[in-house]
Amino acid sequence: MTELPPPSAKKLGLVIDLDTCVGCHACATNCKEWNAGGHLKPLPDFNAYSAGAEGVWFNRVHSYEAGEGEDGRTVHFPRSCLHCETPACVTVCPTGASYKRAEDGIVLVNTETCIGCGLCAWACPYGARELDEDEGVMKKCTLCVDRIYNETIPEPQRQPACVITCPVGARHFGDLGDPASKVSQLVAARGGFDLMPELGYRPVNKYLPPRERPAPNPHPPAEAAPTQMDIANPLLRWLDRALSR
Amino acid sequence: MTGNGEVIETSAPIGDAVKTTTCYMCACRCGIKVHLKDGRVRYIEGNPDHPVNRGVLCGKGSAGIMTQYAPSRLRAPLKRVGPRGSGEFAEISWAEAMDIATGWLKAVRETDPRRLAFFTGRDQSQSLTGFWAAQFGTPNFAAHGGFCSVNMAAAGLYTIGGSFWEFGEPDWEHAKYFMMFGVAEDHDSNPIKIGLGKLKERGAKFVSVNPVRTGYSAIADEWVGIRPGTDGLLVMALIHELLRTDRVDLEFLVRYTNAHWLVVKNPGGADDGLFARDAEGKPLAWDRARGAMDAGSAELSPQIVGEYELPDGRTAVPVFQLMAERYLSPDYAPEKVAATCGVTADRIRRLAAEIADIAFNHTITIEQPWTDTLGRRHERMVGRPVSFHAMRGISAHSNGFHTCRALHLLQMILGAIDVPGSWRYKSPFPRPIPPGPGPAGKGAKPNTPLAGNILAFPHGPDDLLVHDDGSPIRIDKAFSWDAPLALHGMMHTVIGNAGAGDPYEIDTLFMFMANMAWNSAMNPGEVVRCLTETREDGEYRIPHVIYSDAYFSETVPYADLILPDTTYLERWDCISLLDRPIGSAHGPGDAIRQPVIQPDRDVRGFQEVLIELGARLGLPAFVQEDGSPRFKDYPDYIINHQRMPGIGPLAGFRGDGTKKGVGEPNPDQLKMYIENGCFWRHHLPPEQLYFKHANKAYLDDSKAMGLIGKADQIVLQIYSEPLQKFRLAAQGHGAKQPPEAQRARIATYCDPLPIWYPPLEQQQHDVSGFPLSAITQRPMEHYHSWGSQNAWLRQIKGANKLYMNRVTASRLGLQQDDWIWVESRNGRVKGQLALMDGVNPDTVWTWNAIGKRAGAWNLSPDSPEATRGFLLNHVISEWLPAQEAAYRFANSDPVTGQAAWYDLRVRVTKCAADEIAQTDPHPATLQRPPGMQPAPALVREPGT
Repeated sequence: MTELPPPSAKKLGLVIDLDTCVGCHACATNCKEWNAGGHLKPLPDFNAYSAGAEGVWFNRVHSYEAGEGEDGRTVHFPRSCLHCETPACVTVCPTGASYKRAEDGIVLVNTETCIGCGLCAWACPYGARELDEDEGVMKKCTLCVDRIYNETIPEPQRQPACVITCPVGARHFGDLGDPASKVSQLVAARGGFDLMPELGYRPVNKYLPPRERPAPNPHPPAEAAPTQMDIANPLLRWLDRALSR
Repeated sequence: MTGNGEVIETSAPIGDAVKTTTCYMCACRCGIKVHLKDGRVRYIEGNPDHPVNRGVLCGKGSAGIMTQYAPSRLRAPLKRVGPRGSGEFAEISWAEAMDIATGWLKAVRETDPRRLAFFTGRDQSQSLTGFWAAQFGTPNFAAHGGFCSVNMAAAGLYTIGGSFWEFGEPDWEHAKYFMMFGVAEDHDSNPIKIGLGKLKERGAKFVSVNPVRTGYSAIADEWVGIRPGTDGLLVMALIHELLRTDRVDLEFLVRYTNAHWLVVKNPGGADDGLFARDAEGKPLAWDRARGAMDAGSAELSPQIVGEYELPDGRTAVPVFQLMAERYLSPDYAPEKVAATCGVTADRIRRLAAEIADIAFNHTITIEQPWTDTLGRRHERMVGRPVSFHAMRGISAHSNGFHTCRALHLLQMILGAIDVPGSWRYKSPFPRPIPPGPGPAGKGAKPNTPLAGNILAFPHGPDDLLVHDDGSPIRIDKAFSWDAPLALHGMMHTVIGNAGAGDPYEIDTLFMFMANMAWNSAMNPGEVVRCLTETREDGEYRIPHVIYSDAYFSETVPYADLILPDTTYLERWDCISLLDRPIGSAHGPGDAIRQPVIQPDRDVRGFQEVLIELGARLGLPAFVQEDGSPRFKDYPDYIINHQRMPGIGPLAGFRGDGTKKGVGEPNPDQLKMYIENGCFWRHHLPPEQLYFKHANKAYLDDSKAMGLIGKADQIVLQIYSEPLQKFRLAAQGHGAKQPPEAQRARIATYCDPLPIWYPPLEQQQHDVSGFPLSAITQRPMEHYHSWGSQNAWLRQIKGANKLYMNRVTASRLGLQQDDWIWVESRNGRVKGQLALMDGVNPDTVWTWNAIGKRAGAWNLSPDSPEATRGFLLNHVISEWLPAQEAAYRFANSDPVTGQAAWYDLRVRVTKCAADEIAQTDPHPATLQRPPGMQPAPALVREPGT
C-alpha cells in the first residue's frame, strides 16, 4: 500500500464547463496526440484498423441525454483523472508506483515500478485508469506535467493540451488550492461541483453545471392595438410614414 | 518516497523543429503549428496567432497526425489492368502516368473539349482548377459546392452580397440573441465553437432551430425541433409577425435595401415585375413631394407603399408593398404554419417578440464615426444585436434557396445586417449583387480556352449556358433551365448524365478528392453502375476515368488512372481571395500550405500535377511563347501567376512585400507568408468594421486592393430582379425561353420574393407510405470519409445507428439496437436503431459517411464501419420521380441545382429474426491496391 503525502497547498486541476461543451472530442484527441509522445508514451492502439479497435486514452467524452422529451438536455461529459486529494488509486498501489505529488497534487504513475496489477483501476470510481496491455503497465492523465512546467513552450501555452485546444473554452486549468485563482473563482461563481462527492475521494477537478436556461422574455414589448384601418388594410399604416434616406 | 523517486523531465523540447501551415482535416482552414521530431510529425497544435482558430484545434485537426500516417495512403501512380471495380492495378511511373493522361486529354482537347468533365470535389484551389478548365476549353468544371451548400451561397450573393459561413459571420463580440438554423455540427467548425463560447460567457441567448438536439444544439438555451424542410415557412411566419406588429426597421430598409424601389406592374407585359428605371438605368423610387426619382438619391423621402404612375404612364409599386402583401397573408400566420413546421403558434409569436425586443429595445452603440457612400458622416454605429447563422440543414433541401433568401429578408427587416451585434460580412465581402458577369462556357472549340470564369453569376436568361433549343451546354446541366443559378455546378449529376449520354457523352472524367462511388454520391449504386457500364462495342460508356486522391477510397477501384496526391502536410497550397478566402469581419485574409514533411511515397501534389499537365497540353497560360512550361512548379505559379495585372493567387506581401491586394509578383512572397505563420491578413480600421455595404472608406479601400471592381453602395436585394427575368422568359418574353415542359417550373420557382413550397420530391410521389423525414449530419470529430481511416477518430465513432424519437419508436414497436430496414421510394438499407428524446418525432437521422465499403480505406473487412455502419445515400435518389414526358429532373433545388439530400422520406421496419445482423447493401470487399501493405494490428506510436 502506498501512502499519500501531506496535503499540498497547491492543487493543480481542471475546471470543465458542461454548459458549453459541445462534445467535439478536441480535448480527447489533442490529449492523445500530446501524450502519445509525452511523459507516459506510448499510448498504443490495438486493432487500430479492424474490428475491436481500442486504444489508451487519458481523456474520453461521453454523450447522453438527461431529462425527458423536449425539456431534456443533451449533455457532453469529458472524463479524465480528477487528481483526487485522497485518491484510492494511490493508496491501493502495492508497489508505490501510483503516487500523488507533494508539490502540486498531480496523481501520476511511475511505469518503471508499476507491475500492471490493475488494483488502482479497480479502486478508481471514475474509470480514469488506462492499462497499456502492450507494456503491461497502468497509465493515466498526467495533467500534462511535461507541458505545464516546460520552459521551452511559450508561457501562455504552458497548460494541459486539452485546455489549450478546447474550441469553446470549456476547459480551465489552474491552482484550485488558491481561493484567489481564476479557476477557484470560476468554481465559486458558477457553482462548480465535485463528481460523486459521497465517495469521499475529494476530487480536485471540478465541473461547472449547465446554466439555468433564460426564461422566455418576461417583458415582451406590448403590441399596439390594431386600429380599424390596420385591420382593413395593414399596409396603410406605412403610407404616411415619413422616411428619409 | 512516493513514485519511488521518479524524476520527470518537465522541460524537454517538444521536437527539433516547428513549422506552420494550414489544416485540411476539414474545410475550415485553421492555422496549425506542426512540431517535428527526427523527421516525423510529433504534435500538431492550433496557431495562436491565426485569425481563423486563434490557437484552438478541433477533434479532427488534433488527430491529423493519424491521417498523415494512415495505412490507406496511396503509394504510387496506378494503371487499371483488370475490369473497372476489380481493383486490379499495376503501379506505374509518374512519367508513364503523365503520358497516359496527356494522351487522353490531348485527344479530347483537339476534337471536342466538352468531352472532358473535370470535377474537383473538396478542392480548396478552385482559382487554379477552374482557371485550368477554362484554359482547357471545357465548360464542364465544378467542385463539390453543388452538393454541399450552393443554396446558401447563391441566396446570399443574390440578396445581400455575402452569405453565411465563408462570406459572413455573427458578431460574436456583441450579439445578444443568436439564432442558428440547421447547422450539422460543422460549417464552420472552430470559429462557431469559439463564438458560442463567447456568447455563453456573455449570457446571450442562443436558439437552435434543428430537428436534432446534438452538438451545438445541445448547448442552446432553446431548442426548436423543427420538421425538416419547413424552416422557410417558420422564417416567413416570423416575418409575418414582425410586419403585423409593425416592428420593422424602415430606416434601414430605405437606406440599405431596395424596399423603396419601384416595380413595374404590367401583368402580361414584358416589363412586368422589373424595376422602373430612369434613362441612365438607375432604379426609381417615389418621393413624397417630387414623385419618381433616383432611388439612390440622398434627398429622397421615399414611399414604401402605394401604387404610382410613372412619368411614362406605367404603373409601379414599391418592393416593400409587394413584400408586405405577401407575408401579411394569412398563409404565413403562425397558426397556419404551426402544424407543418411542428412548432406551436404561441412559440412562433413568442420567438418573434423576443427577437424584436432585442433588435429594437436593446440596441447597442459603438462610438465610432463613419461615412456612408453618399458622403454623409455618422457620429456613431448603432446596432441591432440579433444574429443569425444557417447552413446545411436549410441548404440541402429543394426549397433551400428561397428559405435562405427568406432568412436574409428577416435580417433585413430587423436592420440586422453588418451592424454591431448582427451578422457581419467577412471581407472581401460584400460584393456587388450579383458579384460579376455570367458564366463562361458558350462556344467551346477545339484547342481554345474559354474566356471568363466557368462558375459565375447569371443576370438573366441571356447568361444561361443553353443551346438555341434550350438544351444544356454543360454535362451537369448547371446554368440551364433545370437550375439557372447553379453557381457551383452540379457534381451529383455528372456521372449519371454522362452514363446516360444526356445531354451528350463524354470521353474523360477527371476527378479530384471526391468519393463519388460512395458517400459523395446521392446514390452510390447507380454511380457504380454508370462507371462500369459498357457500350455494345465493349468500351466503357465513360471511356476514361482519371482520379486523384491521397487515399484508397471507394472511388479508386473505378478509375483507370490514379494520380496519387500528397497528404495535407506534404504539400503547397494556396487559400486564395480568388476562390474561398479566410477573411473575417475584421478584414480580408488568405493563407498557404507549405510542405512540413517530405512524402515517403511516390506521390505528387495534385496542383503540381495539374500545372505540368497544363504545360504538356500547351494550355496558353501554362506555357511560354516557345511552348516550354511557364511555371516550374506550384510555388512558382502561386508567386508569378497574374489573373489580372497585379492580382495573383495571394494578396499579401506583393511587390516589395508591403503591397496589399494589388502589386507586382514578389519572388519572396512565400517566404514572407511562412515568416508570418503561413497566412496574411489586413486589419480594417475601426471606421470600416460595420455597414460595409454602404461604408465609403471600406468600399474605397476594397476597390484599391482589387477586392471589388467598383466602390458603389451595395444595395441589398429584397426583391430579386434576375429571378423575375427568368420568370418573364417562362411567361413567353424575350429571346431566350425555356422549353415548354419547363415553363411552369421556372415561372413558379423563379419568384422574385422568397416562397415556401414542400420539398419537390415529397410533392412528386405518394409519401403516405413513408411517414418519416430522414436526414444526416456529420459528427464533429469526422469529416466525411476522411475520418474513418484515422485510427483515433474511428475509435470515437466506428459505426452509425439510425436515431429515432423514443415516442415514435414505441408507437412502431421498435427498441434500442433493433436491426431495422430503412426504406424509401428508391430502395432500402439495413442498420441498427438508437433511441433518443432530442429529435423531432417525425424525423430519423444518422451520422453521415461513417459507413464504409468493406476493404476500402485499408480497413479490415470485419471493421464496424463495413459491418454495422451504413450510408443513408443508398436510399436517396439523384433524380426526382419521373415526370411528364419522362424528363428526368435532378433531385435538386430548381433554382440553384443544390442536391436535396434532406428531402428524403422513409419508413422504418424491424428486420425479420432470421436476417443477419449486418448492414445491407454490403457490396463486395474491395481489394487493396498493389504495394499497399496490410494495416498494422497494433500502433504503438503514430507513424511507427
